[in-house]
Amino acid sequence: MAELIVISTLNGVLFGMLLFLLSSGLTVIFSMMGVLNFAHASFYMLGAFFGYQLTRWIGFWPALVIAPLLVGVVGMGVERYGLRNTHKHGHVAELLLTFGLAFAIEEIVSMIWGKSPVDYRVPAVLDFPAFTVFSTNYPAYKIFMLVVSVVIFIALLVTLKRTRVGLIVQAALTHPSMVGHLGHNVGRVFMLVFGVGSALAGLAGVIAGPSLVTQSDMAAYLGPILFVVIVFGGLGSLPGAFIASLLIGLIQTFAVALNGSLASVFGPLDPSLGPSPLTDIWNVTIAQIAPILPYLLLVLVLIFRPMGLLGTRES
Amino acid sequence: MTNAPTPSLAAAKQEPGGALGFYGVWLLAAAALIVLPLIFSSGGSLTSFSLIGIAIIFALSYNILLGQTGLLSFGHAVQYGLGGFLAVHAMNAVANHNWPIPLPVIPLIGGIGGMAFALLVGWVMTKRAGTVFAMISLGIGELVASSSLILRSVFGGESGITTDRTSLMPMFGWTFGPQIQVYYLIAFWVLVSAIAMYALTRTPLGRICNAVRDNPERVEFIGYDPHVVRYLAYMFAGFFAGIAGGLTAINFEIANSAYLGAMQSGFVLFSTFIGGTAYFFGPILGAILVTYLQLGLTSVTSVWQLYFGVIFIGIVMFAPGGIAGILMKHRPLIRAGTLGTVIPSYLVAAIPTLAFALGIILTIETVARFSGGDPINLLGIPFVATAPTTWAAAAVLVVGGFLVARITWRRVAEAWDRAATVARDRGYLA
Repeated sequence: MAELIVISTLNGVLFGMLLFLLSSGLTVIFSMMGVLNFAHASFYMLGAFFGYQLTRWIGFWPALVIAPLLVGVVGMGVERYGLRNTHKHGHVAELLLTFGLAFAIEEIVSMIWGKSPVDYRVPAVLDFPAFTVFSTNYPAYKIFMLVVSVVIFIALLVTLKRTRVGLIVQAALTHPSMVGHLGHNVGRVFMLVFGVGSALAGLAGVIAGPSLVTQSDMAAYLGPILFVVIVFGGLGSLPGAFIASLLIGLIQTFAVALNGSLASVFGPLDPSLGPSPLTDIWNVTIAQIAPILPYLLLVLVLIFRPMGLLGTRES
Repeated sequence: MTNAPTPSLAAAKQEPGGALGFYGVWLLAAAALIVLPLIFSSGGSLTSFSLIGIAIIFALSYNILLGQTGLLSFGHAVQYGLGGFLAVHAMNAVANHNWPIPLPVIPLIGGIGGMAFALLVGWVMTKRAGTVFAMISLGIGELVASSSLILRSVFGGESGITTDRTSLMPMFGWTFGPQIQVYYLIAFWVLVSAIAMYALTRTPLGRICNAVRDNPERVEFIGYDPHVVRYLAYMFAGFFAGIAGGLTAINFEIANSAYLGAMQSGFVLFSTFIGGTAYFFGPILGAILVTYLQLGLTSVTSVWQLYFGVIFIGIVMFAPGGIAGILMKHRPLIRAGTLGTVIPSYLVAAIPTLAFALGIILTIETVARFSGGDPINLLGIPFVATAPTTWAAAAVLVVGGFLVARITWRRVAEAWDRAATVARDRGYLA
């Protein structure tokens, strides 16, 4: 039991930090531009596939730098030539544009790399067990992922809190038009923020790719969870997104590791009742309901606290 | 199938005096629905017509939300799928108990299922419109789609639940075994649902829905609660989506979890938006086009879904009014008789635009077939995906087409401005 708790906590924090790499960009983009970027998880997927391809061509370490930059360039292109032209048609059109992009990117990726998982391996330097907890070997690569995401997190924090650029971004979060009145080129700030957000998502993809499965449906799987994270944390709140990322990371990881069901706690139902929704619910294990937990959480939050954990506005 | 008569439907809408024209449109649509299978009587076209009919109801129901109330839903397939599941269970129950309920009533049960679910979750969902609603609808969609795999006794797990439509009691001697009888059942429901949904847009509720879409704050000032209005619209949309789901269940004699999934929700959004949300007949055009492409492209290319994505992105960026919006933009010019001055510039612009589109198709197919596959057949010209000449042709078509098209479309805009100015002078533009 203690082993399960330690390992799941480590894995949960790791997944949570990965979620934060994505949700931080998503929530900053949303608060600044009012666009809920459906394609954000697609940038994460692009990062993983670029990382895979570049690793095969030039090795993992150059790929770790180049792939996120490439994704950032793609993101800036989307903002400059897509969203900026669509802005005049309103937020719904922008949302639909990113939705169409997410759909198209998934199709393009499966067209180029196929629908089955690609062989994206952990680099040999990091392919050893870092330490042994009880009887489980904890892979060094996961520690590396954790370190990278924590470093990025700290860098992001310092940039936002201590630099002039961060100051402008923070101001643009709440008062975009005022920032424009003060003479900053809001269009360029938007493009840069969109690019940095996409690059962070791409980085998350590069480092998560070898550890999780690199496949063309990875964006469709992660995208909805990201929305849950930013709604749960409060739209436009970075600390909220951080707490929600960790919380959902931990919940997901622990749920997958647990095998209990109502039947194992209260004993099996009378077999004479026959199959019914009740027996389904009675026998389902916590691990099986893990995929729906985030959405249950989303519905509960929207009923009881529509502005999310730390959010200040409702929409 | 109602392609030709529908544009004049909107014409009737704007001329209250044209009652004959108005009812004529619906009579024409009914006649077209009856005659179509007699002209194209092969099994394949009957199946296509059935699918298109269902897609029309589904897309129209989606437009109650998106076009008329301004609610962007990413989970509309939930009501559709639940309607389908309820219809399958109802058919099995009716067959087991020998109840005297004929098959044509079953879609109504599906509709009630869709409405019941909307009733249950709608109040919380429609509290706010805009992005928040979009996200909740996505969350609910994922929740229901994942839950359907857990509640195996109701949803049948991965394989779904099957039924037999012929086991119900026959009606007028029809057993609904042959596809032609199913087609007429679907056609009947298409006509009834379309008339009902059109009537809904004419009611005070339909009008206040438009007001909620455009300015919810003012709606509150005149004494309506936008939340209640959105809730009602959501329920009606759920009802008609459920009817479409019930018809699908009858058509395929199965309901499975794919009916509820994100893919289905995405396709109804595509059809509705590509067709155009601002006019009642827009989703009809979109449903016909998207279903037709879906059926036709699958045999031609393996990446047909990518083409939907590309078409959708193109519509969102360059023609947010959809096909219906493009068509209706020309109305004042036709009435003022100035359309003729625009057509030459259209013809000029069509050539580079077509070249650009062909270049995109060639690029996509080259990438798709690079590591094996049949040679590309573009307008009868064979291309080999690995040959550099193919890449050069694609690059020339895309870059050249784009650059020339940009110039010619500027000409179109100028010609359009002149024609519109003349039309305005003659009193045909607002």
